[in-house]
Amino acid sequence: MEVSGLPDLSARRSRMLGAGGRRGLALSSASTVIVLAGLVALFLVAPGSAAVRHTFFNPTDMWRAFVGNPREGYYSVGAALWLNIRMFLAAEVLILILALVVAVIRQSTGPVMLPLRIVSTVYVDVCRGVPLILLIFAIGFGAPALQLRVISYQSAAVYGVAALVISYSAYVSEVYRAGLNSVHRSQVAAARSLGLSEWTSLRHVILPQAIRNIIPPLLNDFISLQKDTALVGVLGSIEANKAAELFSDTTFNYSSYVVAAILFLLLTIPLARFTDHLIARDRARRLAGADR
Amino acid sequence: MPGADADDGGGLAGGVAGAVEGSEGGAEALRIEGLRKAFGANQVLRGIDLSVAAHEVVCLIGASGSGKSTLLRCVNLLERVDAGTIWLDGQVISGPGVNQNLVRRHIGIVFQAFNLFPHMTVERNVTLAPMKVLGLSRAEAAEQARLLLDRFGLAEKRADYPDRLSGGQQQRVAIVRALAMRPRLMLLDEVTSALDPELVAEVLDVIRELASGGMTMLIATHEMGFARDIASRVCFLEDGQIVEQAPPARLFSEPSDERTRRFLRRIVDAGRL
Repeated sequence: MEVSGLPDLSARRSRMLGAGGRRGLALSSASTVIVLAGLVALFLVAPGSAAVRHTFFNPTDMWRAFVGNPREGYYSVGAALWLNIRMFLAAEVLILILALVVAVIRQSTGPVMLPLRIVSTVYVDVCRGVPLILLIFAIGFGAPALQLRVISYQSAAVYGVAALVISYSAYVSEVYRAGLNSVHRSQVAAARSLGLSEWTSLRHVILPQAIRNIIPPLLNDFISLQKDTALVGVLGSIEANKAAELFSDTTFNYSSYVVAAILFLLLTIPLARFTDHLIARDRARRLAGADR
Repeated sequence: MPGADADDGGGLAGGVAGAVEGSEGGAEALRIEGLRKAFGANQVLRGIDLSVAAHEVVCLIGASGSGKSTLLRCVNLLERVDAGTIWLDGQVISGPGVNQNLVRRHIGIVFQAFNLFPHMTVERNVTLAPMKVLGLSRAEAAEQARLLLDRFGLAEKRADYPDRLSGGQQQRVAIVRALAMRPRLMLLDEVTSALDPELVAEVLDVIRELASGGMTMLIATHEMGFARDIASRVCFLEDGQIVEQAPPARLFSEPSDERTRRFLRRIVDAGRL
């Protein structure tokens, strides 16, 4: 096999492309081209193709949507994406913290913690079960209606982030819990036997190992979170999806949605590839460890 | 480890002041009376009475499941005892109201499966507890780790992660990690059972050195030859009870209890003694 002498990178690439060296490479390229050409041809020969291309893939409209024009009643989808990014980053940090607290409470054993354990369990059950969009409506319209000081006078984006945090923390706490359970009990015994307190053991021995185990599923949830920031648009925040909607409302052209889709892909694909990279690295390390 | 012993005296007096006054002068390091432990319906320890004098090395022998490991885990408070009392240096350490973390810093335990922290270097494994529990500075802890690792031939492994080490090296690091807390008592739980035969000797050598340095040790082991060499007393356990205890010369050559004889015969037949 021609590639067998090359370093790991080409080996991995050849595995992704299919085994068989240079001939395999040619075959996989050819089959990829044929499949893609087939899909494009199908799109082009469809009876409504011209209309769809005009409405969804119009380069002029795509550009207009991307840069925006407030005087004509629509905003830049590109600029609006910045709000998605900010919401994502804020939510991510808060989720990592809240989910960890919930997970640690649910894993606790002391009788004193029972009320908190019950609250956490109910929280996870409810917030994983309610559709995110309903949670966004509930908080986005409910919190202002309460007319509480501070809480009721925030921007729609803040309520959106709150809903994202509440919903995703329920999921992510379960990821954390799986991670905590993945660390063998003998590690707890070793840590405690040295006189380390429960908290010190958790912080220096258990959590670092647990987090290493859960980084791939965690990033997977964050890819999902990046996209779900688009749902906050229902509260009226001008994020990318809402900006695209305003454009189509104004111009009766949907190319703006394609722009939003492309922008979201530009955000999520790098994170997805990074996740794959971490998973592959982790697998390699585990295999190396198992050899010994 | 005379230097560490001196430090320890201060540590215990400071930590559990008052309680030591009633003891009989410190000759008895560990005392266990009527210790019982069950896991569900499974009675693992059925009334253990045992006393270990300071600087004494006591070996626990017996078939798998006889309760050796559970006994050690009870002494380290990793298991809650159902009944009975444990004293360390004359002070009760079993039962409610005991600061477990305070007790554990005086009792080192080494496990069969090493249980090193895989995400930390050898040095960090050894310095973590002294820094977090004893309050040593990073420099002090590192210096102590360097001395200990040096003493047990692990100096050049300081920056390695545990998975780069052989089983024997890992177990020696685990012993060093326990020693770094300057324990008054070391519990060794079948520390060579997970090792390839050619790696057993290096770990046993370490334990021999500890014994000659005066470390008080309670050792659960399957290595009968080693027990005969090192122990001042050997206890034979069966079904959660100490059937017989005697100096090794007597226990191995003229056991008085039929059950001990039966066990030793099996060991001899297996070529292990």
